[in-house]
Amino acid sequence: MATKTKYELKTGVATREAFGRALVELGRENKDVVVCDADLSKSTMTLYFQKEFPDRFFECGIAEANMVAIGAGLATAGKIAFVSSFSCFAINKGFEQLRVTVAYPGVHNFKCVGTHSGISIGEDGPSQMSIEDIGLACSLPGFTVMSPADEVATKALVRASVSYAGPVFIRTGRPKVPIIYQADQKFEIGKSIELVEGKDITLIAHGLLVAEAIRAAETLEGEGISARVIDMHTIKPIDRDAIARAAAETKCIVVCEEHLVESGLGVRVAQVVSETTPCVMEYVGIQNTYAESGTPEELIEKYGLLAKNVVAAAHKGLSRK
Amino acid sequence: MKKTKNVEELQAICRKVRRDIIVMLTAAKSGHPGGSLSAVEILVTLYFDVLRHDPANPKWPDRDRFILSKGHCAPVLYSVMAECGYTPIDQLNTLRKLGSIYQGHPDMRFIPSLEASTGSLGEGISLGIGMALATRLDKRPSRTYVMVGDGESQEGQIWESAMFAPDKKLDNLVVITDYNKIQLDGFVKDIMDVSPLAEKWKAFGWHTIELDGHSIPALQAAFAEAEQVKGKPTAIIANTIKGKGVSFMENNPKYHGVAPTEDEEKRALQEIG
Repeated sequence: MATKTKYELKTGVATREAFGRALVELGRENKDVVVCDADLSKSTMTLYFQKEFPDRFFECGIAEANMVAIGAGLATAGKIAFVSSFSCFAINKGFEQLRVTVAYPGVHNFKCVGTHSGISIGEDGPSQMSIEDIGLACSLPGFTVMSPADEVATKALVRASVSYAGPVFIRTGRPKVPIIYQADQKFEIGKSIELVEGKDITLIAHGLLVAEAIRAAETLEGEGISARVIDMHTIKPIDRDAIARAAAETKCIVVCEEHLVESGLGVRVAQVVSETTPCVMEYVGIQNTYAESGTPEELIEKYGLLAKNVVAAAHKGLSRK
Repeated sequence: MKKTKNVEELQAICRKVRRDIIVMLTAAKSGHPGGSLSAVEILVTLYFDVLRHDPANPKWPDRDRFILSKGHCAPVLYSVMAECGYTPIDQLNTLRKLGSIYQGHPDMRFIPSLEASTGSLGEGISLGIGMALATRLDKRPSRTYVMVGDGESQEGQIWESAMFAPDKKLDNLVVITDYNKIQLDGFVKDIMDVSPLAEKWKAFGWHTIELDGHSIPALQAAFAEAEQVKGKPTAIIANTIKGKGVSFMENNPKYHGVAPTEDEEKRALQEIG
């Protein structure tokens, strides 16, 4: 349900931390849950699972292609296999294996969770930054692709993926992120959540940019502009109804994401818009470039992923409406 | 499935499988005869003597599993599975045709009793490792067998998986290399030499057996030996002849990926008998 109440956006835990905690709970509930990691368990937070279930945790060493296909083998043999690494390594080094050993045969129990996505990992720089993962994961037939915005969303979506029949990619991040949801918020894979009601424009975001979209909506409200905010936590399959409604009712959409604009959520929203009610669209995201080292805050600012960038895109879109 | 220990019976099945391979590839007009013919004794020994499996119950959880990592040699696998009763024998000549269950490379969407969809080289051992880990975790008696090619062993992922299995002491896993010395562009030693293979696998921590891959008794003994090995996986380096059984195909790189003509089919079937 949409609410008009202001979001406090107090800092919570990182989505990777929420993932690690969720895995332990799921491991306790289901003995078939197993986890593979590639020498990054202290960063992906699968170390919590390893500690409690050493027999069901498989350290694969720095060999992501092998890890992804091992996960596929485990899932084929009946396990619910979570495979985790930094998003850029899992998706790029494991892409061929995601394609041939998971997507093509349609291995339902396979769940890949990428951490350290986007540019907000900061100082480590572009070789570790995953800005193509949504595009690559969405290009795999049959894959479900999610990008939760906070702890509550992460725990709920990781949990939902266990009983979900289909291969899944979940994108999480390194930094602590603002709390958006109440603990009892319900999530359904493929169904977006309207966080703020609005009629003049719609801001659609995923992951880190959901909080920025909320902040942008508050700024716009101060200017007398009523902005709807949608958390598109599931990027594939996408919530066509919510997009079509937004296009028809607000006639202007800004898509906001910590991902290349060429291949992220934006192009997928645009596809739905073009197939339903064409409307003005703007895109906030990474523009055909790799980033650099810096603090997460500096990078988010330099590469234009703040609420003020969303506000500017909204102004531009409204001027073209 | 009832096991056939009798070597003469197994050899007779090998002749049938070689005939199937030649006939289905001729009908398909494309495909890979050389590496199918080199692997015949290995697959026949596995499916008719070694594997614990039940074609009437292909998803039996305690079954042994076989993965053909060198998926382009699908014809040998299709023939053996059909001879076992998994799939219809009378459809083998639909190989590679639209709508056929006998796809160009093994495809689980069309044959659910396959353990894996393969064709992109280098991935079968990793898949087999996942299955071996899962069955060990569930304390099942299942063993997992993976066949790779020698040319395929140029893939980096082969050696990632080769490092993994001994580290995890996966003694329910056997990898067989069909060492037929030829790949698409020519002889393996001229393209990028993979030798010495047995020494490589041994150095990676595998119990290693080198044998004549066309000797059924040697294969039977090796699979039995592998079953007794505790704490490490087994690698079998099977020295084979590409195109084995058809004189003009033997050791001829041309027949890695060229189907026989109808005239060649006749000559081949006469030789196989």
